[in-house]
Amino acid sequence: MITSFLAKALGRNIVIAVAILLVLAALVPALNLLTTSDHPLHVPTYIVSLFGKYLTYALLALALDLVWGFCGILSLGHAAFFALGGYAMGMYLMRQIGARGSYGNPLLPDFMVFLNWKELPWFWYGFDMFWFAALMAVVVPGLLAFVFGWFAFRSRVNGVYLSIITQAMTFALLLAFFRNDMGFGGNNGLTDFKDILGFNIQANGTRSALFAASAIALALSLIITSGIVRSKYGKILVGVRDAESRTRFLGYRVEHMKLFAFVVSAMMAGIAGALYVPQVGIINPGEFDPANSIEVVIWAAVGGRGTLIGPIVGAILVNGGKSIFTAAFPEFWLFALGGLFVLVTLFLPKGIVGTARQFVERRKEYRKAREAEDARTFAAAAEPQAAE
Amino acid sequence: MNTLVGNTKPNSILYLDGVSVSFDGFKALNSLSFVIEPGELRAIIGPNGAGKTTMMDIITGKTRPDSGEVFFKGSIDLTQKDEAEIAQLGIGRKFQKPTVFESHTVWDNLELALNRKRGVFSTLFYRLTAEDRARIEEILSTVRLTNRKDDFAANLSHGQKQWLEIGMLLAQEPELLLVDEPVAGMTDAETAETAVLLKEIAKTRSVVVVEHDMGFIRDLGVKVTCLAEGSVLAEGSIDFVSADQKVIENYLGR
Repeated sequence: MITSFLAKALGRNIVIAVAILLVLAALVPALNLLTTSDHPLHVPTYIVSLFGKYLTYALLALALDLVWGFCGILSLGHAAFFALGGYAMGMYLMRQIGARGSYGNPLLPDFMVFLNWKELPWFWYGFDMFWFAALMAVVVPGLLAFVFGWFAFRSRVNGVYLSIITQAMTFALLLAFFRNDMGFGGNNGLTDFKDILGFNIQANGTRSALFAASAIALALSLIITSGIVRSKYGKILVGVRDAESRTRFLGYRVEHMKLFAFVVSAMMAGIAGALYVPQVGIINPGEFDPANSIEVVIWAAVGGRGTLIGPIVGAILVNGGKSIFTAAFPEFWLFALGGLFVLVTLFLPKGIVGTARQFVERRKEYRKAREAEDARTFAAAAEPQAAE
Repeated sequence: MNTLVGNTKPNSILYLDGVSVSFDGFKALNSLSFVIEPGELRAIIGPNGAGKTTMMDIITGKTRPDSGEVFFKGSIDLTQKDEAEIAQLGIGRKFQKPTVFESHTVWDNLELALNRKRGVFSTLFYRLTAEDRARIEEILSTVRLTNRKDDFAANLSHGQKQWLEIGMLLAQEPELLLVDEPVAGMTDAETAETAVLLKEIAKTRSVVVVEHDMGFIRDLGVKVTCLAEGSVLAEGSIDFVSADQKVIENYLGR
């Protein structure tokens, strides 16, 4: 059962992409740790962390592609699941600080001491253990997606209305996490992390390990999503996207189909967030900003929605562009991003990967047609009666 | 109880009694009653706005009636169920506009329609068995699409899409098929072939066909129900119905 699922998942493009990610997971840390800074192939630590961050964005874009590209659910709130995963990891990192904080309280994080809190709120229990935090980084976004999706899909909220309520969801979380009483550090969020699993979070080795973990998480998620979309279930998802009522009248429970994809997608976004936070060193309510979720949609659109690999490419390219652009002309980045979205929508509606794929298929068809033509002329010349 | 349907409920495949529904004050169905027997092929005609599509919406669970009874196989109350449940019970529906999965191949369209377990996990780990393969091939030849099985449904002609949709309904193995205007937009040759196809299908199941094309209905040669303003105007053979004064006034004469 599982083996056939995997066999279907591993198409040629997916195998290549997974191989590239795994090679990067080994090579980049090696070049960072085993070479000295004057070596021509040396990868500086800031680049390792920067690209590690891009990989977590790529994972978020991949998660969005599962629901948007294959099921037509345009979620404009996926950054919320990402941020929740990030907060779960951030809580673990906060508790690892222990007595090394400015106030030296062994149990309470600094912001709680500052707010004059006397004891740890109940929802911070367990976050001193890594496995618990890692579990929560998946479970909390999954649970939110389940509850939200259950009501939205059962009530048949579709299209732009669904997009709007996903925006409302992330905006509501933004406002909630801004409040100091929520117990998540309010406006400042969680930061000043010291170590993760006992390793110094600033150390080159830790940075490299986080990069490798991000690449491997992305590779595994790519295999899983590919398996999902190539299964019969995945074909039903596309059916829901293209002709929802037909799927319903064939006897499929459309709401269950959507809900499963939405929850899986939210969990992946949560993993991405959990890997993002230790690499950037901070998580604050700004991550819930509705604009962040919209950016994810742009990455997926630029790379090519419904192609799995496209959103990964899109996330890395757009963010790479953003890093360069914001350094050179910081005020114009949002105009550039908006312009990019308009241009892609007008001239590359299938995105980079979608357009490339279309080009390859056209050429293949053209070649096949020409071969068939040649064969026909040849047969006709050889034996006029048997031309057909 | 309506006199038109009498005490036929226990032996019927589909039983509607006094079904009414209104949208914003407009009475789409006004105490509609009729009965379909097992194995019957029935044609339903009527002018635009007579309530034909609304009737199908009610039978398939898309719309809930304001009042009245709808029973499948004499005992299953369809007004309490939703689309997916009703489809799983064995009622298939063909839309007026051909509705197939355009970005899937003809083969995949039929594979998705096959009457197999429809849960998330059973479809996630589904494998095409030899039995399912044979069934799909059989349906492909019934709907005359064998040589197009690997083409995307989007590239089929209008008539072929209609047949593919009929094929998908067959794959669903329904006991009752509701077919909404199957020959709209078809050529004469395709229309004649569709009549043959539907008669073939009706040998093993009950079929309700809604159609405007009188020639096609004559080809089918079955009992006809004429609807107007949400209720039954006349019922009987095509000659009987088309001679009815009310039918001529309401529908044929216009």
